[in-house]
Order: sequence, then structure tokens, then C-alpha cells
Amino acid sequence: MCLGIPGRITELRDDRGMPMGTVDFGGVRREVCLSYVADEVKLGDYVVVHVGFAISKVDEDEALKTFEALKAMSQLDELEWIGEIADKSLEGIQGSGA
Amino acid sequence: MKYLEEYRDPVLARALIQRIIGTAKRRWTLMEVCGGQTHTIVRQGLDELLENAVEMIHGPGCPVCVTPLEQIDKALLLAARPDVIFTSFGDMLRVPGSQCDLQQIRSRGGQVRVVYSPLDALELAIKNPDKQVVFFAVGFETTAPANAMAVHRARELGVPNFSVLVSHVTVPPAMVAILDSPGNRVQGFLAAGHVCTIMGWSEYDPIAAKFRVPIVVTGFEPLDILEGIWMAVKQLEEGRHEVENQYVRAVKRTGTVPARELVEKVFELVDRKWRGIGQIPMSGLGLRPEYADFDAERRFALEDIHVDESPDCHAGQVLQGIMKPHQCPAFGITCTPERPLGAPMVSSEGACAAYHNFGRLRHTPAGAA
Repeated sequence: MCLGIPGRITELRDDRGMPMGTVDFGGVRREVCLSYVADEVKLGDYVVVHVGFAISKVDEDEALKTFEALKAMSQLDELEWIGEIADKSLEGIQGSGA
Repeated sequence: MKYLEEYRDPVLARALIQRIIGTAKRRWTLMEVCGGQTHTIVRQGLDELLENAVEMIHGPGCPVCVTPLEQIDKALLLAARPDVIFTSFGDMLRVPGSQCDLQQIRSRGGQVRVVYSPLDALELAIKNPDKQVVFFAVGFETTAPANAMAVHRARELGVPNFSVLVSHVTVPPAMVAILDSPGNRVQGFLAAGHVCTIMGWSEYDPIAAKFRVPIVVTGFEPLDILEGIWMAVKQLEEGRHEVENQYVRAVKRTGTVPARELVEKVFELVDRKWRGIGQIPMSGLGLRPEYADFDAERRFALEDIHVDESPDCHAGQVLQGIMKPHQCPAFGITCTPERPLGAPMVSSEGACAAYHNFGRLRHTPAGAA
């Protein structure tokens, strides 16, 4: 129910005083109300969208930082004792839908 | 980056699982309070991979599931009226009321329409001035700004034939109710990322301090959830109980301020009944008096309808984490996704539906999960 999907703003417009826009979700485009993030977003930014409303701007710097930290951690990890079991069970993760 | 697929990387997931198992010196019990997280955990089997390090209890994280029977019955009464077009998110259509569900009302000729956004319901009202358009405003804090905007817009644009049946609930009071209950086993929480996207996390500080539980604001993808679990386990092992934020790419401490402001303008805190749990004080949102004209319960005189819930459905125990879905005597026998006894078996985010759909069909005695 609280599903929020990140997408990129490809168009900005105004509907009777309300900031609206088109957001692209990997090829699927949707009309989205940008009222709650209007002050901080511009064309090309990523927003999290829930039931037709942008509820926050994706902080791309923070996202990158978290991701780099995770990657560094996995490279440091030499633990193999659970690897095999985890590998088998995680085969389903790649390419799963939202 | 697309901020989605990257968080499903199996190599990084494995590293995180190793970290969690390496960090946990004993088995900890954590609760996630978001149906989306429950769905990811059960679908990917994250809880089974971590079985020796953490037990994941699935909390009341699905607004559809906690909507009380009497609100469903009110929706059914409205949808059956010939002068009403009843609009709702798709999740609500198959939730059983006392007699039937919205889908059955539709098959008997009731005008029930699924909308993607509450603004679509408002548009429908503008296009059908001779009908009453009612929107079923359910949800947590995540959905409240969208529903608040529809009501506010209706007043701004002067749309007299639009109203909302409100069944909004808020997450922190439910967490307190769980921590306060005598049978509580929860030692830490993953807080729902998108609820916090709107609200920020300051309201969790007093809960973490009072009950001495770590609370980690967490996202929805497998890596988010694993990192959230790891952060909570680290806190427990170090004897800390703080509010931390895993979901930094979407959540700020203050939340989304303009959204919170409109929610506060349109709604006020009210007591709400939670399905299977009962009344929790100040745990929901209702329309403020300034917006009472848009209250469907008032417009159609439904305020005095009270309904008791079926004793066969153990949703309350499942929603509080006392019972795992497959420990319910009705699970998979008299209650299935095709013939559900209660909402948690209907909603795609309900714990019972997740267990059923992903083949968790074994029965184990309560407490021995």
C-alpha cells in the first residue's frame, strides 16, 4: 500500500494552480502531482512516487554514498562459510519485480 | 543509477547476510511495520536465510489489513447506492465485509471504480455532477498527503458531489500498543521507509528511549532491508537503542514538510479501531471540522454503524506478531486468497497472503517459529 517507485521527471506543467509533471519509470510514463516537492525539484531529477504524488526527491549523493559503502564492504568480506547456502537461496533475487 | 535494481544485487546481499550473522551473538527478534517490507522478506526468503541470527515478526504494516470491518461495511452500503460512484484503490475490492465485498457489489450493478490516485476520483466527480462520488481514503501517513490534497482541492475548486470515507491510521501508536502488550517479544523495529519519507523520524525518538528498542528507518528493496536489519542488530549487540536512518536516499529527518503541513490542515488525530486489535487512542486521522462537508459518513449518515468482527479470523494475533500466518487454524483451509476470511489474506502486502503465495504452508506451533 505504501509502495513508492522512483522515477525521473521528464516534463513540468501547471494544472489550475497545481504543479504537475510527467515522470518516467523505466519507460512507463505517468502523470504525477509535484505539489509537495515543487520547491526542490527540476527537470531530470528523480522523485519517489506514491499513488500519483511525488512524496520526496531522491537524494542522489546520499544514494551513491550508501551504495559505495555497501560495495566496499562486500569486497572486504572474506567470509565464505555461509556463501554457498546464501548463493543458492539468493538466486531468485536478481531481476525480481517491485 | 535508477535507484531500484541496484538494491537487488545478490553479491552485496550475501555480504550483508554474512555481516548480520557475524554480528549477532544471540538470536534477536525484530518487527517490520510495513507490508511492502513483509512482502520482500517473505518473497526473497530473507527471514529464512537469517533464521539463526534474527526472527522477523511481521507487524500491522498493511493499511488494507487493519481497516476495521465496520468501515468496510460502510463502504459496501455506499457502493450499493444508485446515486453513488464509489472509488477506491484496487487493494480494497476483495476485502470481505460482513456480507460480501466491493467486487460483488459491482457485479450486482453497483458503480465501483478503481482509481490510481485520489485526484482521479476528484476528476470523476467533476465529470459526473449528477452523481455522488465517494473515495475510500485508507492508508498510513504515506497516503495521507494524497488524500488530503484531494479533499483540499475539492474545496478549492468547489466540487460539492465529492466526499471521502476516511479510514486513516498512523504507525507510531500501533508500535507503542505492541510494545505495551504483555506478550510482547519485539526487541527492535524496522520503521516503514515511506511513512518516514512524509513524517521524518522525530516521533520515533521517544518510543526508542522509553521502551529501549532500536528503530531503524528502512527502505523496501532486499539490500535496504538487510542493511536495516544489520543496523538494528548492531545496536542490540552494543546495547544501544536509537533511531537510525538506513533509507537516506528518500528520508530526511524532517520528512516532506509541505506534505505534512497539508495533512495537518485537512486532518486531525482521532481514535481509530484497528482490525483484530481494537481501538487505539489517537491512532488515526479524521477530517477537521473545516472539511466536515466532505465527510461521507456525515453526508450519508453512517456514523452510528458499529460491527463486531468474525471470531474465525485470527488477523489480530497475526497483525501483532503473536501468531505467524501459517500457525492460524484457518490458514490455507477455510481461509485462502480465493476465499479469504480476513484482509491479511487478500492484500498483496498482507502477511497471510505473502505466506500463502510464496508457499509457506507448513504448520508449526505458536512460538516455535
